[in-house]
Amino acid sequence: MSTPQSTIDQFVQSDYKYGFVSDIETEALPPGLDEEVIRTISAKKGEPEFLLQWRLRSYRHWLTMTEPSWPKATYPPIDYQKIIYYAAPKPKARLESLDEVDPELRRTFDKLGISLDEQKRLTGVAVDAVMDSVSVATTFRKELAKHGIVFCSFSDAVREHPDLVEKYLGTVVPYTDNFFAALNSAVFSDGSFCYVPKGVLCPMELSTYFRINTANTGQFERTLLVADEGSYVSYLEGCTAPMRDENQLHAAVVELIALGSAEIKYSTVQNWYPGDKDGKGGIYNFVTKRGLCRGRGSKISWTQVETGSAITWKYPGCVLLGDDSVGEFYSVALTNHRQQADTGTKMIHVGKNTRSTIVSKGISAGRGQNSYRGLVQMRPTATGARNFSQCDSLLIGDQCGAHTFPYIEVKNPTAQIEHEASTSKIGEDQIFYCNQRGLSKQDAVNLIVNGFCKEVFRELPMEFAVEAQKLLGVSLEGSVG
Amino acid sequence: MRRAGEALAITMEDRLKMEPILDIRNLEAGVDDRAILKGINLTILPGEVHAIMGPNGSGKSTLASLLAGREGYQVTQGSVTYLGQDLLALNPEERARAGVFLAFQYPVEIPGVNSTYFLKAALNEVRKHRGLPEVDAIEFLSLVKDRIRLLELNEDLLKRAVNVGFSGGEKKRNEIFQMAVLEPTLAVLDETDSGLDIDALRVVANGVNRLRRPDRSALVITHYQRLLNHIVPDRVHVLMNGRIVRSGGKELALELEERGYDWIMPTEPVAA
Repeated sequence: MSTPQSTIDQFVQSDYKYGFVSDIETEALPPGLDEEVIRTISAKKGEPEFLLQWRLRSYRHWLTMTEPSWPKATYPPIDYQKIIYYAAPKPKARLESLDEVDPELRRTFDKLGISLDEQKRLTGVAVDAVMDSVSVATTFRKELAKHGIVFCSFSDAVREHPDLVEKYLGTVVPYTDNFFAALNSAVFSDGSFCYVPKGVLCPMELSTYFRINTANTGQFERTLLVADEGSYVSYLEGCTAPMRDENQLHAAVVELIALGSAEIKYSTVQNWYPGDKDGKGGIYNFVTKRGLCRGRGSKISWTQVETGSAITWKYPGCVLLGDDSVGEFYSVALTNHRQQADTGTKMIHVGKNTRSTIVSKGISAGRGQNSYRGLVQMRPTATGARNFSQCDSLLIGDQCGAHTFPYIEVKNPTAQIEHEASTSKIGEDQIFYCNQRGLSKQDAVNLIVNGFCKEVFRELPMEFAVEAQKLLGVSLEGSVG
Repeated sequence: MRRAGEALAITMEDRLKMEPILDIRNLEAGVDDRAILKGINLTILPGEVHAIMGPNGSGKSTLASLLAGREGYQVTQGSVTYLGQDLLALNPEERARAGVFLAFQYPVEIPGVNSTYFLKAALNEVRKHRGLPEVDAIEFLSLVKDRIRLLELNEDLLKRAVNVGFSGGEKKRNEIFQMAVLEPTLAVLDETDSGLDIDALRVVANGVNRLRRPDRSALVITHYQRLLNHIVPDRVHVLMNGRIVRSGGKELALELEERGYDWIMPTEPVAA
């Protein structure tokens, strides 16, 4: 008989099923970054002058900044001159319809379970697919246009709606915000753009699918989502990458803007390649995501399931500017093998009677290190504001770690903050109890983990929730001996 | 449905011809070089209920844990045969699927895991092992409702997480409720009576009795005789210092109740 410890301590390799590389002709700039590279990117995309100037300002500001060292993660220094800042699937010609998309590219997305075909109509999800920083196809554009909704690649938005882009770009995450946001602002190549007009409830889920394919490429996409007064939109985001021995950098920026009474629900299932069991390879996911509840009674809700990436560094937050606005953050972050996650949220209460809810579930297995870092700030104007935070950690085995860094700043005496935290460990006795009822060790762990994450999963759109549950199962495969 | 009393129609001779459900031969086992079981022999035939009694530290719970496959025990000698196969070669979940059920002395809480979902997953594992299709939702619900009434438990319990927030008595009754749903071939009850008041004891015993069938057996481990007033055993064994020092009919339990354990001397001197 094995000793009790070995039961949940033996980690074997589990397969990352999205680790294939597609053979697609790519057009890429040589590695390295200077003003010339930025001008080239901007020129390739035929951008207006304001955007080029904004990129250059970002770049010059970035040069003055240093990479943050406060996250609880260790990795060798990144050589920013070795990264390719622009790679795009080579277009055969300007695409007029989906039929003209490179068949290899379509096969790639089919393999990922994302059909770009109109058959997808049945599931009612509009998809924008982004490969190596460039949007390759957006479905349902015409259908959505009937409602006045703009859903397209960022490049198309720059061409077709430059006024909207100029009005909102950088208003939530200015290029001065942080090192990675500045870098992104300088070099971002594409991403998704969405505008929902006044009073329109978006009739389908909008989805962006991100894929890094080319080696040594950084992926720097930019998402800008504006919900005008009284509108509603639910947005999904998925990410995968091939398995490679080198680390790849993903530094995206997502900006959400909700005007009066508008509601945005933003869900992410992040499954970037996490590296192998010894910690070789994997994506550095250094992402800035922020929502601005600008109008009275607006609401922004972030739901994320983070299972991939070698290192995760992201704090999707809400600035609650409008009175009575609401911010929510529901997160499951899983680290297995040698993955490191430093993730959480920021809730900045500015308006009166603003409310925020934070539910964070961290799961650590193997040698994974999982940190929750969250800021709740009550500004002097935030009269009657309230926050509730709950941070739970679950440990599997005894070589992993869970850490919590809550930052609380209260400048208004009428504001209320509640913070609850718990740490638990999947016990040998729990697993044995499940075994004794006929469940295998793996099923027992999945059952307990899914139970632990239930509060977050129920915030996900249904199809996504099923996907997330399966994903956790796969990510924990082999986590018990 | 079997008629009541059918079990009684099987004579002793018939039983001896039957394959035992459980056959323990000269079992020696311990933890970290410390011997706890020092040569156990026990044969349970189909339809029989055996009781194991004994003072604290005699090895009762070790025996239960060993049968269920809990890790951390070393078997140094002997064998355990369950329905003709080597039980010790099976891992805990294989034993459970093959029909070995342990009612835990200390049922474990599993936060976040819904009781109904848990039980359905367990039942389906057992059914899969028996070559049966997964139970459908309506069938399952009617089975569960029938059995929960048998144990006089509140249906609310099905909506709660496994054992979380249950009272001590509810936990014990929940074990027997799970047993009633899973219908094991061999049920091992590890001090299920401890901490139960007399009403709960009657309910638990009633649940166990209702499940008695000629093809199923039970091993009831208890400290006190009072449970055996309700679950009447075919055989009673006294476990002391890792050995069965006396076996007898149900009257042995009464004698123990009256005279305590001291009058039974182990066949070998006990090290102090």
